Amino acid sequence: MGRYIVKRIVAGLITMFVLTTVTFFLMHAIPGGPFSPAEERKVPKQVLEKIEEKYGLNDPIPVQYVNYLKNLAQGDFGLSFKQRDVTVNEIIEQGFPVSAKVGSIAIVVALLVGIPLGITSAIKRGKWADWLAMIIATVGISIPSFVLSVLMLFLFAVVLKVLPTFGLTSWQHYILPVAGLSFGPIAYIARLMRSSMLEVMRYDYIRTARAKGVHELKVICKHALKNAIIPIVTYLGPLVAILLTGSFVIERIFSIPGIGRDFVTGISDRDYSVILGMTVFFGAFIVVANIIVDVLYAVIDRRVKMDE
Amino acid sequence: MKLLQVNNLRTTFHIEAGQVQAVRGISFHVEKGESVGIVGESGSGKSVSMLSIMRLLPDNASIEADRLLFDGTEIMDMDHTQMRRLHGNDIGMIFQDPMTSLNPLFTIGDQLMEPIRIHLKLSKAEAKKKAIEVLKMVEIPSPETRLNQYPHEFSGGMRQRVMIAIAISCNPKLLIADEPTTALDVTIQAQILDLMRDLKKKSNTSIVLITHDLGVVASMCSRIIVMYGGQIVEEGTTREVFYNPQHPYTWGLIRSMPKVSEGEKKKLIPIPGSPPDLLAPPQGCAFAARCEHAMKVCTKYSPVSISLSESHRAACWLMHPKAAKAEREVIGS
Repeated sequence: MGRYIVKRIVAGLITMFVLTTVTFFLMHAIPGGPFSPAEERKVPKQVLEKIEEKYGLNDPIPVQYVNYLKNLAQGDFGLSFKQRDVTVNEIIEQGFPVSAKVGSIAIVVALLVGIPLGITSAIKRGKWADWLAMIIATVGISIPSFVLSVLMLFLFAVVLKVLPTFGLTSWQHYILPVAGLSFGPIAYIARLMRSSMLEVMRYDYIRTARAKGVHELKVICKHALKNAIIPIVTYLGPLVAILLTGSFVIERIFSIPGIGRDFVTGISDRDYSVILGMTVFFGAFIVVANIIVDVLYAVIDRRVKMDE
Repeated sequence: MKLLQVNNLRTTFHIEAGQVQAVRGISFHVEKGESVGIVGESGSGKSVSMLSIMRLLPDNASIEADRLLFDGTEIMDMDHTQMRRLHGNDIGMIFQDPMTSLNPLFTIGDQLMEPIRIHLKLSKAEAKKKAIEVLKMVEIPSPETRLNQYPHEFSGGMRQRVMIAIAISCNPKLLIADEPTTALDVTIQAQILDLMRDLKKKSNTSIVLITHDLGVVASMCSRIIVMYGGQIVEEGTTREVFYNPQHPYTWGLIRSMPKVSEGEKKKLIPIPGSPPDLLAPPQGCAFAARCEHAMKVCTKYSPVSISLSESHRAACWLMHPKAAKAEREVIGS
């Protein structure tokens, strides 16, 4: 198992290297840069040169690339080009906990609602509970989160005036962003759980469990659930990475000071170091989440051989 | 003393294409301490009738019976709690495919201790002791370490031993074995049958053995029930069915059984055709379409069951006094 994890980490590092390289050169291939003269404001040429020198933008691109990698290897994402005297590390340190807090609540909500919804739907197959659950799931999958978030914002904050519109100062502030973030995953998890559960309930070992006199509730929650949950675990890897690293859309709509918002601002500002830093951070998160999922597999299902 | 009495059991599956009448009015009984074999080909309703009695069929099956008595209690009237006591405690069940009958994600110990803890209400430590004891009974070596292993670490024969261990762990009054050896190698089959015979001798449990292998039944059971098309076509003691079979389907089954006698090479004679479509069961005798002795009456009217002795009965028009004498296949002694 140890050897397997080391192997996965090495593969992850290679992935990170490719990701960094591609992003770096793509970014520089786009015309313009962080200090391209804006139309409305003329910057003297000498000033521009001074600034570019400070940030090392005068160097040939391969040199910039090597320098960036050197810093990255020490965990230094560099200075932000747009926000004066702020490092990318600082931006992440500030924004990530906010995004992660909202995101982790959303993950818990998605699992706590999605899994029971899927199980109920499978057990009550063809009955009204199944229909209701699947209508919710279909709506959740087909309506984009920003439409849903705006609708909820309108209904609960403007019409009913029961929930606040922006910020994160009280627990009520979390309700709408978490709902907006988790609705899609709830729908997806419910559908996944339903089909997986329906399949597992047909297996012989479920009949064996019943023939032993095991209570039906335990048949479902022990014998069937552990087998049916495996597809959810697969989905959980990317989901955790996406939700914890912040949603650009949700953070924009609800004015949450998370890193999703910083990412979007970084792109519109051509803030090279912020874009790169965020991409690398996001990539690392997905790689780590996937390694954890693979290890989890083996914990759940002992037939999975780690060294293959 | 009758342990299980079944009167006019009918099981129907409701599917999109219509209603599949898998079991069409069967009646039989099992005495205490007796082993009964139910034979018939795939789709004859043998497994379904047993699963009906256990009420383990999927939701789209409807079960009707005039009487379904287990040890004097009507099974049809039982609530969930009573059914759970019946499952595992009063009736143990062994299934056909040991590869899929055990949950792959739980240890053998976990799955074996489950019925022990539920029915015998033992503590964890006591249940473990009992589990080891049961594994010893089914002759699994080093049961202490085996308890912590998962099903994939067991061979097919060993898994079937575990299934038997689970089925007998709470000393059931009745053991239903649904083709327990079909999925196993021939050598393993013999071992499993030996084991079941041994256990039978020790515990005096009644056994219902479902199989399509007449050889297995002959060596295990004192009575045989032959099923075809969801009905019982012949029933009798093993002697009666083997030496004086009355139904052409039984003759066919006996003829299609390989014999090993004095190096003699004899071709096996299969029964031509395939079982009837139970979505639309034929009028008259279900076997008529495949029967070489079929008469006009066979396709029009269902034969009634005629008793030859207290234990022997068969449902065939050939037994009618006016029918022509058909040549009967008899196994010589």
